[in-house]
Amino acid sequence: MSSPLYTLFDPIRKPLSPRQSVVLVFFCTLIGAAAQILMKFGANRLPGDITHPAEIILAVVANLYLLGGVSLYGVFTFLLILALRDGELSLLYPVIGLNYVWVTLLSLAIFRETMNPFKALGVTAIVCGVVVLGKGARE
Amino acid sequence: MTTPVSSMVLVTVASFIGSFGAVFLKSGSAKLKKGLRHVVNVRVAIGVAMYLLSTVFFIWGIKHGELTVLYPLVSLSYVWTLLWSRLFFREPITGFKLLGVAFILVGVFLIGLGNR
Repeated sequence: MSSPLYTLFDPIRKPLSPRQSVVLVFFCTLIGAAAQILMKFGANRLPGDITHPAEIILAVVANLYLLGGVSLYGVFTFLLILALRDGELSLLYPVIGLNYVWVTLLSLAIFRETMNPFKALGVTAIVCGVVVLGKGARE
Repeated sequence: MTTPVSSMVLVTVASFIGSFGAVFLKSGSAKLKKGLRHVVNVRVAIGVAMYLLSTVFFIWGIKHGELTVLYPLVSLSYVWTLLWSRLFFREPITGFKLLGVAFILVGVFLIGLGNR
């Protein structure tokens, strides 16, 4: 019973192995990317003709996409703290760079952005970097 | 299009503040061992506040200038975090960590190029 999923159900008593911490941050970046996409959806739906601060606050609070995005950031932060509890900060923090990978790939599908060699190489380099960090965690 | 120095400074400051946010989250995370509700503590609150502050600087910074320049500056926070982890938590700086961060910096730079 050492799968990362299991530890999510009993996160307090059971310390995470270095590798589980990396996997947890991996999940965090997926949640973070989903949050960013929701925020983008929400921002696109904000009316452009409001200027009064109270109106803006009301529009933001009434926007389900933005609320969903903020809530996901809350989940992201909680899971990150859980991973950091047992893992090394210097190893786990750069893994958050995967966020760029998910946002680039999701933007292709959702916002119809185009792929090009630079993006493809960049995504590959970040994935390589995370793999290297993951190898470091196994030592 | 050129990137104003002011934007570079703002984004670098954002990465600096963000890296300290990570340090506070890490130092507050130990309390989680005592129970789920201990996840809300002063250090975690300071960490989250620093993240929010760094986001303000980041958004302010990317209003002008090229993301090719500004994105990699944001990911400098990974380099700062290597240093702070060594300084505050005595985590060793290993070849794996340096190589991993180097790959990620290059990747972020390339994605910035691809988004032009």
